[in-house]
Amino acid sequence: MATAIEFENIGKLYRLGLVGTGTLSHDLKRWWTTSIRRQPDPYLRIGEQNDRSVRGQSDYVWALKDIDFKVEQGDVVGIIGRNGAGKSTLLKILSRVTAPTTGTIRARGRIGSLLEVGTGFHPEMTGRENIYLNGAILGMTKEEITRKLDEIIDFSGCERYIDTPVKRYSSGMMVRLGFAVAAHLDPEILVVDEVLAVGDAEFQKKAIGKMQDISKGEGRTVLLVSHNMANIRSLCNRCVVLDKGVTTFVGDTGEAVAYYTQTFNIVKSQHVVVTDAMRDMGRTMAAKMISVSQVKESCTYASDEDIVLRIKIESSINISECRVNCTIDSSSDTPICTNSSVNFFDISAGETKEIEYTILNPGLTWGKYSVSFSVGTGNMTTGETNFDVVRNAIFFEIDRPSATSNTAYAKWNADSWGNIYLHTKQKIIS
Amino acid sequence: MKNDDKYWSTVIKPKSSLFSVDWGELWQYRDLAAMFVRRNITTQYKQTVLGPLWYLVQPVLTVVMYMFVFGGIAKISTDGLPQPLFYLSGVCLWGYFSDCLNRTSNTFVDNAGIFGKVYFPRLIVPIANVISNLVRFGIQLGLFLIVYLVYQLFVMPGQIHTNIYALLFPLLVVMLAGLALGFGILFSSLTTKYRDLQLLLSFFVSLWMYATPIIYPMSTVTNSYAKLAMSLNPLTGIVEAFRYGVLGVGNFSWGLLAYSFVFMVVLLLVGVVLFNRVQRSFMDTV
Repeated sequence: MATAIEFENIGKLYRLGLVGTGTLSHDLKRWWTTSIRRQPDPYLRIGEQNDRSVRGQSDYVWALKDIDFKVEQGDVVGIIGRNGAGKSTLLKILSRVTAPTTGTIRARGRIGSLLEVGTGFHPEMTGRENIYLNGAILGMTKEEITRKLDEIIDFSGCERYIDTPVKRYSSGMMVRLGFAVAAHLDPEILVVDEVLAVGDAEFQKKAIGKMQDISKGEGRTVLLVSHNMANIRSLCNRCVVLDKGVTTFVGDTGEAVAYYTQTFNIVKSQHVVVTDAMRDMGRTMAAKMISVSQVKESCTYASDEDIVLRIKIESSINISECRVNCTIDSSSDTPICTNSSVNFFDISAGETKEIEYTILNPGLTWGKYSVSFSVGTGNMTTGETNFDVVRNAIFFEIDRPSATSNTAYAKWNADSWGNIYLHTKQKIIS
Repeated sequence: MKNDDKYWSTVIKPKSSLFSVDWGELWQYRDLAAMFVRRNITTQYKQTVLGPLWYLVQPVLTVVMYMFVFGGIAKISTDGLPQPLFYLSGVCLWGYFSDCLNRTSNTFVDNAGIFGKVYFPRLIVPIANVISNLVRFGIQLGLFLIVYLVYQLFVMPGQIHTNIYALLFPLLVVMLAGLALGFGILFSSLTTKYRDLQLLLSFFVSLWMYATPIIYPMSTVTNSYAKLAMSLNPLTGIVEAFRYGVLGVGNFSWGLLAYSFVFMVVLLLVGVVLFNRVQRSFMDTV
């Protein structure tokens, strides 16, 4: 099959910190070395690998480096990776929003990019006018839009409001209208960034169906960024896994998803001091978690083993009936289970308490997991207040049993079976 | 075959050569330009009572002000022309130029939201600006025509000597648009990185008006240095040519007009080259 896109040695260097301060001096230095002394750009050499959690020495980082792969025509390629892995940067370069620092991309056919739905919608203009405007921005001609207008309006389900200014639309309707226009764009190569994660369930289904039609029925090439492994699996036939700006895996979707979930970048540390970066924004933090540790040093447990944690909570106010809830996430960032604590404690202003927190027999299948916590009062029926929410505070691993112990369990396929080993009891009654 | 560049329809590279402006692509996106023009015009005065009448309120009030300050208090000559006619001609021309320039120079900053999400030739936006301002200019020119006819037919019949040079008018508008576009894209390319220029520009534009024969005729300038300085202003030739052709006063000079034209062409070339360079990576600096 013919190659549709070829990425060759693509790299993108970003300058951190305040863009605009001192750029003139850097520009002059760069100009001096590259144009007058004919030497390589001094700032290209000092770029570092893009790891956002580690404080770097250089002001420059490579958001992408040495990206090298080919996409065949008709392929639907998923691009997966954690936040900050460079997925969006790659799509931006491909959709020519920004230029790469090094390398070349060669593509065959018109590239339509969908990094956002409803780009350029003007609130004062009617739905119909915005279809034309948005369509033209995405690269359609007026005649093309007129031809598809009825189809677009029908797909959006906003027929009744089509001659009303979009500022009167609900946000859901805007999204529908935006996606409807984009879905009728007919490029040979379609670049999509997580726009499927919008709209209600019914519309999502419609959107995904449309995506499938585009790729399967019409033989177009699609590049799709998503965090949703279910969507990736149902839409893509190939995947690229990015990590800290480099490609770590290119290949078949099933293998790529497996690779991605297995290399779940966990730091199995026994003791974690909670930093503000781990907390949810916008909480009062009147009471907050300051540290969490695992009693077991290896941080690795058997499936039916209790997980014993020690949590330190500090409060600046008096709280009666304080509680700590936890949620366990799988390695593909999917929540698995949550508790609603019934163990309350009182804490007074200025006090620090340490709690032994035991997760009883979690029944999880082998793999890596993270635990998030919320400190608050009340429950779902009385109304809750969370003072502090800490995401992915601590990581643990459930050991993979030896293949001989229990075959079904050892060959567990979490992607299709889930993460909880279900216990059932069966007997023949007739 | 695959290494043949003809096989690929799109090649994305870090830097393009200086003069690689894709004119064909610009033409492909002409519908988008039309759409932007439509948006600029229809949305400007949405939910206002007077609507497009605002296009007329501004020049009328400005002319009244000028008549009071420059004509009344400062008693600056208008080459024997009725003040409203003289000022209105200047206000229309200058208004078009400065509106185009101000809007165009903010191209990148104003459109960062769209530019950050989707690709189209960025030059479409300033071009659409210049065209949509033309509508407003046209309406103001209509007002000028009415005032002109009132004077020509009723107030002082036959005393306004419109001549054959009035036919240069379309060329003058093109030059005005070209200069505004040229300066605008030049500034917009530079402001993405050095925002100081944005502050400088609004100040600069308001001063520039006084260096252009808008509120006074060229004939009142007697100091030879000032005269030379004004001749270097590419707008001088255009404004003077307009007044000479339509109203029959002032100094018409082919030399000044040719200078303005050459200036415009060079400015546009430099502007487009710079703009083209900046558009590829401006998302990282804006």
